[in-house]
Formats: sequence, C-alpha cells, structure tokens
Amino acid sequence: MAATQEKPARTRLIGGPGLLLVWLYGVMVVGAVSRSVYQIATEFDRAPLAYALSAAAGVVYGFITYTLVRGGETARRAALVCCAAELVGVLTVGTWTLVEPSAFSDATVWSDYGMGYLFIPVLLPLTALYWLRKARPEQQRPAS
Amino acid sequence: MLDVLTVVTGVAALLLGAWCGWAAYRDQPTKDWHFIGMAVVTLLALAQLVVGIVQLARGEKPEQGTTIFVAYLLGAFACVPAAGFMSLGERSRWGSLTVAASGVVLAVLEVRLYDIWGG
Repeated sequence: MAATQEKPARTRLIGGPGLLLVWLYGVMVVGAVSRSVYQIATEFDRAPLAYALSAAAGVVYGFITYTLVRGGETARRAALVCCAAELVGVLTVGTWTLVEPSAFSDATVWSDYGMGYLFIPVLLPLTALYWLRKARPEQQRPAS
Repeated sequence: MLDVLTVVTGVAALLLGAWCGWAAYRDQPTKDWHFIGMAVVTLLALAQLVVGIVQLARGEKPEQGTTIFVAYLLGAFACVPAAGFMSLGERSRWGSLTVAASGVVLAVLEVRLYDIWGG
C-alpha cells in the first residue's frame, strides 16, 4: 500500500484498448499453458520440440499479462521487449513449420503463424507493441 | 442434448459478441442489458458443463479425450464472465469490445467442443 502512495503516477497499461489486450493475452495464457501441460504430461515423447515451444510461449504470454496488469514504466519496457521476442518467436516458428514440417510431429501454439488460434498469436504482439509505444509517459516526449 | 446445447451456446455467444460490438461501435460502455445477456450466455455454458459431466458420469467417452473435454467445458464457462467483470472496471467502449471478443472466443470454443465430443 505504501508503495502505491509514494508513486501514484505509475502508468496504467490496462485502460482503454489495454483492457482488450490483457483479456486476449489471458486467453492465450490459458490456451498455451493448459495445452502444453496436458501434452507434456501425457505424450511428451511424441513431439518434444513442439510441446516445449508451446510451454515457452505460455510462459512469455504469462509474463506479458503480468506486466500489463502491473503497469509502470519498467513493466512497460519489459512488456515491449517480451512482445518483440514474442513476435520474433511467432514469425520464426511459423516459418519453420512451413519450411520444414517434419521437425514438428504435432502442432504448437505458433504453428503456421498461429492459424489454429485465428492468427491471434501474430496479431497480438503487433497490437501490443503499438499500444505500449503509445503509452509512453509524457515527460519523455520532446518539449515543443 | 449436448450437441444442441453446444450449438445454442455458440450462436448465443456470437449474438452477444455482435451486440456488444455494436455498443463499442457506438462508443458505449456495457450496460445492464448487456450484463443480462452475458448472464444468459453464462447460464447456457453452465448448463453445458453440467450436462457434459453427467454424460461422462454415465460412461460416455468424448472422442478426443476426457481431460481435454472437461478443460474446454471449464474454459467455455469462465470465458464470458471473466470479460464481464473486466468491463465493469472499464466504463468505455473498450469494455464493450472486450466482452464482444469474449463472445467470439466462446463461439470458437464451442466449435472445438463439438469436435472433441465427436458430434
């Protein structure tokens, strides 16, 4: 409680469009984590790479959701880095699954650029990057 | 019974999505009527959860596995209320849009549930 009183100006990241982002990230956390936990627990040997990647995606989504909810400048920067990493991940894995499908015996969350998830995995980081850049605090903008 | 509920819930979710999307388009927050709509969709999802568990208890098996089936039932039940509570704190069009997105996600979950059950 004391911390919030000292720093009341922590940038709120879940106002307006941020709310929709947090909700969608929440959905992806539940989707990716539950899927990978189930698959790793029951049939890990069938496609270790695919399931490990799904789990990694779930962790990244979880961290981004947490930073968005927490708010503040540090969290904003951390979220920016993670969203960029997420975008790179989606693009890499998406291309990888198209170029060499044999590397994956089963689909991951990021296969085919997230087609199985309505392309949300590739659209979400782009939207989030845009939103997080816009949410930059006022004092950092050049004075006019 | 379960298939009918799946279809009805999916259609109701899409309607809720369109309705709240319309509210967002008109720059309005979610209102009492929207929350009643969310309650209806949530009750449908709850009925589906109960019926699904009863079917399992009777010894019927979903085509793609019991664990996945139950996980999707729970997810479908939690989907709309979660967005509804979030829209309570955001009295703008973005609250409405979040609920609209939850309707679309629920509809997708229903399609998956239909496949998982093997209807």
